[in-house]
Amino acid sequence: MITLRAGGLSIRVHPRSLAVGAVLLLIALAVALVNLTTGDFPVPVADVLRSLGGRGDAGTDFIVYQLRLPRVLTTLLVGAALGASGTVFQGLTRNPLGSPDFVGLTVGAASGALIVMLVLGGGGVQVAAGAIIGCVVTSVVIYLLAFRRGTQPFRLVLMGIGVSALLDAANSYLIYRSHLDEAIAAQVWLIGSVNGRTWTEVTIVAVTVVVLLPLVLYYGRHLTMLTLGDEIAVLHGVPVQRSRAVLALAAVGLAAGATAAAGPIAFVALAAPPIAARLSRSPRAGVLPAAAMGAALLTAGDWVAQHALPANDVPVGIVTAALGGVYLSWLLFFQRRNR
Amino acid sequence: MIGSRLRAEDLTLGYDGRVVAEHLGVQITDGSFTVIVGPNACGKSTLLKALARILKPQAGAVHLDGKEIMSYPSKHVARQLGMLPQSPSVPGGIVVEELVARGRFAHQRMLKQWSAEDEAAVADAMRLTEVADLADRFVDELSGGQRQRVWLAMALAQQTPILLLDEPTTFLDLSHQFEVLDLCAELHEDGRTVVAVLHDLNHACRYATELIVMKAGTVLAQGPPAEVMTAELVEEVFAMPCRVIDDPETGTPMVVPADRRRRRLSRTRQAATA
Repeated sequence: MITLRAGGLSIRVHPRSLAVGAVLLLIALAVALVNLTTGDFPVPVADVLRSLGGRGDAGTDFIVYQLRLPRVLTTLLVGAALGASGTVFQGLTRNPLGSPDFVGLTVGAASGALIVMLVLGGGGVQVAAGAIIGCVVTSVVIYLLAFRRGTQPFRLVLMGIGVSALLDAANSYLIYRSHLDEAIAAQVWLIGSVNGRTWTEVTIVAVTVVVLLPLVLYYGRHLTMLTLGDEIAVLHGVPVQRSRAVLALAAVGLAAGATAAAGPIAFVALAAPPIAARLSRSPRAGVLPAAAMGAALLTAGDWVAQHALPANDVPVGIVTAALGGVYLSWLLFFQRRNR
Repeated sequence: MIGSRLRAEDLTLGYDGRVVAEHLGVQITDGSFTVIVGPNACGKSTLLKALARILKPQAGAVHLDGKEIMSYPSKHVARQLGMLPQSPSVPGGIVVEELVARGRFAHQRMLKQWSAEDEAAVADAMRLTEVADLADRFVDELSGGQRQRVWLAMALAQQTPILLLDEPTTFLDLSHQFEVLDLCAELHEDGRTVVAVLHDLNHACRYATELIVMKAGTVLAQGPPAEVMTAELVEEVFAMPCRVIDDPETGTPMVVPADRRRRRLSRTRQAATA
């Protein structure tokens, strides 16, 4: 730990977490830059940078600003939002499986989006709004169902898994009863993708991150105390009910914003925090390292989705789901061996 | 007159509809080393939890400095009153020094994360509980006794004038039991109010300035051990015939249980001859 003191103020930094966060952010930005240069029309890095600096030619500007930058920014921000949301949920539930994609929040968001797409016949921003509403409603339902004389984290996770199974069934039904073209569109949305994202999606997730990330950061120290259990947290002066409500709502909001912009992208929220924690050798990933890890993972995943697979421009959700499967198996394999 | 910053009035305590205590009232004398004793399930730990506001009373209230304890901001209370709970669960991957450092939360703010006082308090707490050597060890890899001392260090780092301890000597071997009790006595001599739940009556009598004797959710007696601890009381509370003699070491009351085995033996012999 490094402490910086000035006057009556002091800040404490875990140097390795800081370094890990910074390196991950650099990786995310570097891959993002690569993603800006590649595509149907390759653009040299220098031209991209010139364009970003406001001195590009009209053709390059169009490719960068209209075609690629929205997608790249959506990817970065969605990854960061998922990473931050994941570390908060895993902290609150004291469970590595307690991430928003496991406890049913992204499935709930998907239900909201599917209802808008398939029942109400909406599109675009309406789908995003449906996802956000679906996510928030699901979180409230899970909370109320799991609530019995104070929420026990484990009940929350189990209830979330139960609710998400139920919603999965509902989603399948919605798709089954719709026309083929609608069903395909819905199915693609369900994979989670950043293809063809516009400034609208960037705005949605950017607003979410700008508003909620500072809130989560501010309450980060409370979260650290909450991981020691409610009793210890109360004894040391954490207003447990309020802190937990604020943190949970902010994390729900981050997951909702991310899902609204890119669909239910799997496993980033689950895997980013523990990987960041492992790299920074701390018991739990801080919010910023987790967010940086999420951004790096998703951006790298999008590069893989665009280049490494034979089919052209695969939705990034397929890549993250595959990576996530590998990650989970790896986690279980090594946990068994460590015991 | 001696005051009581911490007092409970007319408490009804329980868990999930099961009532443990009703109309329970106590006053913790300022500057005392109060020890709560009583048989298992008499409500002593429950009372301690209520005093530390981690259990909400079903009726009645706990007062700190004349105001209901729940009405203060949580951090304010945490700077006045700390507690060592019974066997808290240990999160994985956290080292001793970090856990103890988290005991400073109540004294920190967003931009006052680690003051010189924080540093000194943590070092002191670790020295007093003799866990300084364990600083870099993972808490979940320690023995029960070491863990207990680490949690105690965390509570001490909080530096509160009132300190509650729920069975601080469990998991500890004989010498460490007395070290923890000596430490409590030291803290008490430094002017803190110490309230502990203990199982061993002789430890209680030796260290307490004031005993609270509980049975079935009520306080049967409160006062200095020499006045309170009698053979009749022990028999009433624990259903255990005994003699109370002077502790040869300290002169405080010492409870020597009657040998029921011999009595049972003679009873069976009488039955056999009859």
